[in-house]
Amino acid sequence: MRRKSLLERIRLFGRSAIDVVAVLGRSCLFLLHALVGRGGIGGGFQLLVKQLYSVGVMSLAIIVVSGVFIGMVLALQGFSILTKYGSEQAVGQMVALTLLRELGPVVTALLFAGRAGSALTAEIGNMKSTEQLSSLEMIGVDPLKYIVAPRLWAGFISLPLLAMIFSVVGIWGGSWVAVDWLGVYEGSFWSNMQNSVSFVDDVLNGVLKSLVFAFVVTWIAVFQGYDCEPTSEGISRATTKTVVYASLAVLGLDFILTALMFGDF
Amino acid sequence: MQNRTLEIGVGLFLLAGILALLLLALRVSGLSASPSSDTYKLYAYFDNIAGLTVRAKVTMAGVTIGKVTAIDLDRDTYTGRVTLQLEKRVDNLPTDSTASILTAGLLGEKYIGISVGGEEAVLKEGGTIHDTQSALVLEDLIGKFLLNTVGKEAK
Amino acid sequence: MSVDNAYAVELKGVTFKRGARSIFNNVDIRIPRGKVTGIMGPSGCGKTTLLRLMGAQLRPASGEVWVAGQNLPTLSRSDLFDARKHMGVLFQSGALFTDLDVFENVAFPLRVHTQLPEEMIRDIVLMKLQAVGLRGAIELMPDELSGGMKRRVALARAIALDPQILMYDEPFVGQDPIAMGVLVRLIRLLNDALGITSIVVSHDLAETASIADYLYVVGDGQVLGQGTPQELMESDNPRIRQFMKGDPDGPVPFHFPAPDYRADLLGKR
Repeated sequence: MRRKSLLERIRLFGRSAIDVVAVLGRSCLFLLHALVGRGGIGGGFQLLVKQLYSVGVMSLAIIVVSGVFIGMVLALQGFSILTKYGSEQAVGQMVALTLLRELGPVVTALLFAGRAGSALTAEIGNMKSTEQLSSLEMIGVDPLKYIVAPRLWAGFISLPLLAMIFSVVGIWGGSWVAVDWLGVYEGSFWSNMQNSVSFVDDVLNGVLKSLVFAFVVTWIAVFQGYDCEPTSEGISRATTKTVVYASLAVLGLDFILTALMFGDF
Repeated sequence: MQNRTLEIGVGLFLLAGILALLLLALRVSGLSASPSSDTYKLYAYFDNIAGLTVRAKVTMAGVTIGKVTAIDLDRDTYTGRVTLQLEKRVDNLPTDSTASILTAGLLGEKYIGISVGGEEAVLKEGGTIHDTQSALVLEDLIGKFLLNTVGKEAK
Repeated sequence: MSVDNAYAVELKGVTFKRGARSIFNNVDIRIPRGKVTGIMGPSGCGKTTLLRLMGAQLRPASGEVWVAGQNLPTLSRSDLFDARKHMGVLFQSGALFTDLDVFENVAFPLRVHTQLPEEMIRDIVLMKLQAVGLRGAIELMPDELSGGMKRRVALARAIALDPQILMYDEPFVGQDPIAMGVLVRLIRLLNDALGITSIVVSHDLAETASIADYLYVVGDGQVLGQGTPQELMESDNPRIRQFMKGDPDGPVPFHFPAPDYRADLLGKR
């Protein structure tokens, strides 16, 4: 490769910085057009139901299975540490708080990005490359309203529900390991949990977290699909980008949200 | 039809989500259905609240009757003011009842125990418990113990 | 309205740029009403871009695009979607909606833009499918169709709303001779029977020339020539002649621009 002069490097850097800003702006306009303004066509509800099925219901299996296993592992690990201090009845509280505050929203969002997010990107990218989006436009239907908006809403609705289901089955898995297997007294398992878990501070904050994640993950997934290069390499690149960007965004936002919600005590 | 199974699937999914929220509320966080109007507020001033946290429970004879809702410093007396929220059904606390900060087990969490006094008059909404017993601070205890020993040797 | 009634689509001084590269430079094209007009040119010269400009899916850097008395680049997003109801496009791949069957694909524009009762929609869909000879395939999914059949279904969908203008993007690419013959016949037939304006973008010379009433040859971001197929065949413009005859070398060089061959081989690294 030819060596680049310093000036050339600076120019390249500047150009890629401008590109990043442009993509940001484009994705915001994209979101605005999709969600705001003339509702488009009738039957929007039908479209939403269909997307809820493919985005939400289809992700249920992986969420439930991972939830059970993560709850079980948490209970096992927690038990082995807590027995050293003779406070194994606190394992319920540990499992519940870990799941509700962190693992529920975060792991669900990561799994969602991998399962539903990549599928959304690939689906929309495929529609773009087979000219289905153009075709919709020429039929006089705005693809942002007809294709993008139902998928965005389905993501916004599904992820918080999935996160709550994840936490519940996780706690159930934890209780199964702790109570039925390791022999923690059932009464103290649940009462310890109930004493330390606050509905507003823990449950609702967790739901709020997953709402934010839902917004970001779905946005990234749908935008990457819509903005991808309409070739097979372009689609596969966009799918990878979706998973990487969405995961990074979730983890980064999780830190900020945790600092805001649980930081001051 | 195929459309039908799809709708049922989505419906079940939404129901599962709502059920999950309900379970989290009732079973996991122990949110009781009773609204906050069934409670009343009391204040207690402690010299040292060390380790007591908001949401710690308030007990009487070992039975939970309320929780701590706020902890702040009283500027004039330099003492810690603890706001207690007690259930309405326990409305017969005598004015000279004692509130003490106790510890569950040796290293467990701090909570407030109330023991009954003998007065006729009872505490009302916004009342103050004057007779308080501060938290036991381990460092102080060890300090006292050491001083005692040193004192004995000097004799 | 400054549009001449004899023309369905008029491009006036259109310049289109992609990044810094200009694809079209001050192009004027007029599509006569009720005729089949072919737009031809070598691959990669921006024919499809031209079609997208007419459908206002792309915005020109400058110039006017008049369709049915409206200057498209000046319209708002929602007016544009209304204006497009009068246009039908047959995309290269057919672009059928893969999650809908043949019937629903053709019914889609009707469901979206009209409040017709279900029986009437059914009747219209059957009529359109009959016109393309695929009435028997209503229950099939797009991935069960051959390439040629997909394009015919897409054609039925494009004419579902009885558009005034029908655009074909490379309709003959990748078709076997029979499917090609069917399509050629259909384009002509639909044009004459429905009285619509057809625009065929293609580089398949023989087929396009056989059905077009008027031809444009584009290349290098300009209109190189125009006229009836016969006139163009006899053109003395060397570039048009090269394209019409299919010569490998000529004004459009066989070699991509490169440094001198000899110097490149012998030159130092």
